[in-house]
Amino acid sequence: MNYGPLIFLGIFFTMSLSWLGLVLGPNLQLGKQAPEQNEKTGALYPQTRSGLAQQGAQIYRENGCFYCHSQQVGPKGFSSDFERGWGERRTVAADYLFDQPVMAGSQRIGPDLANVGLRQLGDNFLLLHIYNSQITAPDGKKSNMPSYPYLFEKRKIGRAVSVDALKLPEKFASEPGYEIVPRQEARALVAYLRSLKANAPLFELPSLTPSTNVVEETTNAPAATDTNAAQPSATNSTPK
Amino acid sequence: MSSSTQQSCDGSPTAANSELLSSKEIDASCRFPVFVFFISAAIWFLVSSVLGLIVSIKLHSPNFLAGCEWLTYGRIRPAQLDAMVYGFAAQAAFGVTLWLFCRLGRTRLFAPGVLLLAAKLWNIGIAIGTAGILAGHSTGFEWLEYPRYASPILFVAYALIGIWAVLTFHARRQQQLFPTQWYLLAALFWFAWIYTAANMLLICAPVRGVVQICVTAWYASNLLNVWLSAIGVGVIFYFIPKLTNRPLHSYYLALFAFWGIALFGGWGFLNVNAPLPSWIPSLSAVLGTIMILPVICVALNVRGTMAGYKSAVPSPILNLIRFGAFSFVVAQLMNVVAVIRPLNEILAFTYFTSTQTHWLLLGFFASVMFGAIYYIAPLILNVDPPAAKKIRLHSMVLIAGVIIYGVALSIGGIVQGINLNNSQVAFIDVVKGTFPFLHASTIGSLLILIAGLMLLLNLLSLGCRAGCGCFKNSKKSEVRS
Repeated sequence: MNYGPLIFLGIFFTMSLSWLGLVLGPNLQLGKQAPEQNEKTGALYPQTRSGLAQQGAQIYRENGCFYCHSQQVGPKGFSSDFERGWGERRTVAADYLFDQPVMAGSQRIGPDLANVGLRQLGDNFLLLHIYNSQITAPDGKKSNMPSYPYLFEKRKIGRAVSVDALKLPEKFASEPGYEIVPRQEARALVAYLRSLKANAPLFELPSLTPSTNVVEETTNAPAATDTNAAQPSATNSTPK
Repeated sequence: MSSSTQQSCDGSPTAANSELLSSKEIDASCRFPVFVFFISAAIWFLVSSVLGLIVSIKLHSPNFLAGCEWLTYGRIRPAQLDAMVYGFAAQAAFGVTLWLFCRLGRTRLFAPGVLLLAAKLWNIGIAIGTAGILAGHSTGFEWLEYPRYASPILFVAYALIGIWAVLTFHARRQQQLFPTQWYLLAALFWFAWIYTAANMLLICAPVRGVVQICVTAWYASNLLNVWLSAIGVGVIFYFIPKLTNRPLHSYYLALFAFWGIALFGGWGFLNVNAPLPSWIPSLSAVLGTIMILPVICVALNVRGTMAGYKSAVPSPILNLIRFGAFSFVVAQLMNVVAVIRPLNEILAFTYFTSTQTHWLLLGFFASVMFGAIYYIAPLILNVDPPAAKKIRLHSMVLIAGVIIYGVALSIGGIVQGINLNNSQVAFIDVVKGTFPFLHASTIGSLLILIAGLMLLLNLLSLGCRAGCGCFKNSKKSEVRS
């Protein structure tokens, strides 16, 4: 008797088991997940990101930020995620509901970014960090994050320094007469980073004590990109 | 049964076969497509290892080539890995599979022109895909970064190659199967299925939210731990008996390893705390851990076949393949270790996990394929094999590179993990702690690059010699006529 087809089916079924368990199973459970309403506040979670932040997510993908930065926080008591201030609770499925693609990452060559939007870093700090991370590395230590000068424009200063020019410390200042201005891509990326907040209280994580401003913070409101429209800084080198 | 299961690798032709083919005829029928696959594989290995060297330098000196949009870390890293898997590993596998199907089935490769076309398409697909990643069009899914305009080309090319390989298998005249054929045939079907399923579920009609994490993990582990592992192990089981001129130690261990890899290799090796319902990472970890069984079977079978083997002239090809088998065990054990809960706490997100891939792709798969290519290429070209000295030098460079890189970053990853878990160590100091290991790994990357260059040069010189030989022969016949 010819057992060929039988063996073939057997092999195929054996190999398909991992598909049943790891793809079909999770998809049956989570594939139709929808935003949930918080019983106390009535707010829906998660919310879609602002248009600018969505553009930023694509910049994040194009430049492969997720090859060094994870976006997932473990539960309290496991590893040092909480002690490092990377999150107020563990991340769960709902936090990624509207992400396309989901960029949870698998490496921590850089710090976790699941809650970078909660860290009150300020637009100027984030822009400087993206422009050249050596500027923002603590205590002048060496960071191994690449710099992304191509997300910025170096242009001749016209009548006055632009309001959105980077406020570079002297050591990193561009040549006199020029200023560094973030391109649209850099602004979008910062808006995306500021929208990264996985802290909404959820039904499956009831132990969390919600902070007073939770509602406000979970709306993923478009990050105000004009916050660095502060006065042109004196540190910026001006033509003499 | 036992006599047939212990058959020699060449599968002695039975009396039922009306027409007997000599090995020489079979090899000649494979010449063009298999050699084209080998040369393309060598070129992509070189491309990938150049990118790998840049990646390795950038990790400790971020100012290296900084500011070039196309060469930023987040783009060359996936370009490097994808070129290694789809450019080198897949094409080397195609070449070796086709040759083995012909040799073990005692049949000719028919219509090689179609395979040449498929090889061209596949290479165009990889080139477009790599350029796409460097231009920033990556899909954002690890191991599946080729943009959606490159995948269909790869798909068509693979369909042609796969159909041809299956037809070649079907046309075999030697009905008895050697375990290698099981591995290679299953791998052929398996890649078609995982590549289609993953593209459908992630790119054509994306699943929602974190299910994407599951699908990506499923695809990655099937790609590396089932597809590539099955091919590599199958080839090991062919070459170790072949080169030592002994029967395979145990047919049943080989089959058990086959079922084990098929059943337990594809369970994702997910992080314990991935943002998923906890049954998913638990299932993944438990079943992934059982992968240790087939790995032990492979190790026992290689050991058993080699037991007591001593040769006056140690074959450098055998060394490469043995090192490949050793690296397979290392890589799979690293995988298993990293999903055990207390160890996962330390090792997740560190260089340890990415170095596991290095052991699997370079230590295991590349070594085995290099050995196979050195064995097969002279046969199909009908020229003398390269001097043993040349192959030995090459294998030593490759093995040294793999070990330096692999050991440095495995230990570096453990140090990084311990520091990461200690919240007293500031993050910037965690980074600082990895620099010595990253510097060491650059030396390994450089050696791997040199090994890639040597492979390409050796293959080209073989090709030239074959070309000259053809030329001389044709001249001779002209003179005679």
